[in-house]
Amino acid sequence: MANLLETAGRETLNQFDYVGSLNIQFWATLRGMRMALPLIGNRHRWHAAAHQILEIGLNALPMVALMAMCSGFILAMQGASELRRFGALHFVIDLVAVGFTRELGPLLTAIAVSGRSGSAFAAEIGTMKVTEEIDALKVMAFEPVEFVLAPKYLAALVAVPCLSIVAALFGILAGGLFMLFSTHLDLLLYFRYVLTSIELRDVVAAMIKSLAFATIIAHVGCLEGLRVRGGPDAVGRSTTSAVVRSTFMVIVADAIFTTIFYFAGKT
Amino acid sequence: MSIISVRDLVVEYDGRRVLDGLNLDIVPGEITVLLGGSGSGKSTLLRQILGLERPKSGSISIKGTDITCCSPADLKNLRRSIGVAFQSAALFNSLSLEDNVALTLREHTALAPSIIDLIVWLKLAVVGLADFGKLRPQELSGGMKKRAAVARALAMDPEILVLDEPSAGLDPIVAAELDELILFLKETFQITALVVTHELASAFRIADRIAMLFNGKLLAVGTKDEIRAIQHPRVRQFLNRVPDSPVHTPAFASHLERYVHGQEAKP
Repeated sequence: MANLLETAGRETLNQFDYVGSLNIQFWATLRGMRMALPLIGNRHRWHAAAHQILEIGLNALPMVALMAMCSGFILAMQGASELRRFGALHFVIDLVAVGFTRELGPLLTAIAVSGRSGSAFAAEIGTMKVTEEIDALKVMAFEPVEFVLAPKYLAALVAVPCLSIVAALFGILAGGLFMLFSTHLDLLLYFRYVLTSIELRDVVAAMIKSLAFATIIAHVGCLEGLRVRGGPDAVGRSTTSAVVRSTFMVIVADAIFTTIFYFAGKT
Repeated sequence: MSIISVRDLVVEYDGRRVLDGLNLDIVPGEITVLLGGSGSGKSTLLRQILGLERPKSGSISIKGTDITCCSPADLKNLRRSIGVAFQSAALFNSLSLEDNVALTLREHTALAPSIIDLIVWLKLAVVGLADFGKLRPQELSGGMKKRAAVARALAMDPEILVLDEPSAGLDPIVAAELDELILFLKETFQITALVVTHELASAFRIADRIAMLFNGKLLAVGTKDEIRAIQHPRVRQFLNRVPDSPVHTPAFASHLERYVHGQEAKP
């Protein structure tokens, strides 16, 4: 019993330590991010951030688009099979449009980026820790937060919302294709219906979620990398941990945001 | 007047004392070798001198500034006058050799790119790698990596050069070449060098002064001849390469004897 309490206490403290570290890292990166901005910042950091934007955004584009297309088809078909019974097949358009704009676009993107880039951040920074590159940066009078973390965070802040928009577009397009084949609804007309069902606040909510997801993925990935102790096996563990933790935190954050927007929308 | 002065330094990890009231002075223009066995505290002392960790108590003054209590800005300024070559070389794998050497020059100086290119070429030429500037660290041999790390450490013309286990893992010929390079740097640039090693031959080849560490304490400090003349049992044991206790394996020996004489069933 004492052991159980001891373990529970230690784990709780570890979680507090983790959240505290994330918080400290977040504010330190925000301070350092000025240097990664174009025009006012350091051009080397900005170049690094631009490179990361391509790495996170452009390279992930085909995967995110394909995931969104598949999910769009699934959502449209599942929705249609139920709604057809009530003669409300046209509501599939609302379901896909609103569902992808508010929810699935940002969430699918976050899960894809978490698995692809969050793990890459952890592996890259973890390897830099193991090979003493982080120490080398410090003794060369560089700030690792500004040098390594800030460009990655800025890149995530730019790339994840853009990818979310792309994911929503492809998901909605998949819904349109389904409607075209199942009800011969013209694609142009479909998109007109889509535009009438989406409101500005849906897009704003999606962007807020995307920015929050980008923050979680970038910071969890970087923190897992910075917490690496030991050898290459620790890098492997940190990579896994980065994906698991960031996916979990993204879903929890999504639930919190959806609740907030749900109650805000009712008033 | 010493350029680095360590006073009553105490370092503990999880309550375990690693450095215990250590005092050390490093004279400008000399090569000081930190000699000691594995776990003696050499690398810990080095990390303290580089300001990578904070001690439990004591002080470390570099060029008159106490780095244990100075501001981060002061520490950063001080680090620009120290060049460090890590044991693992810690070259940035994403950059070419030229870019590794040019990094601090590009970021910390306002020199024109053509001047930086010239300096980079000169530094690489000093270590015999002028023709390999375009290569990435992963394309270099162990010895070349160590020399490249020295070139990077020399980029900003530091007053103090710190080398962590420069000949570890190298064959005797490459290790000897590296020793000659360190002596050449001292003669040419009048540099103050702090070299951490446990290689006796290397230490006695390059050192002006040797500091011997044992169990977190300084056993002896002196010139090569003074160290050779010391009769302290631990110093003698280290210099004569005597193991702590001879390996006794009577059970294994008797088993082997019976096995050889066919008295023991072969597997």
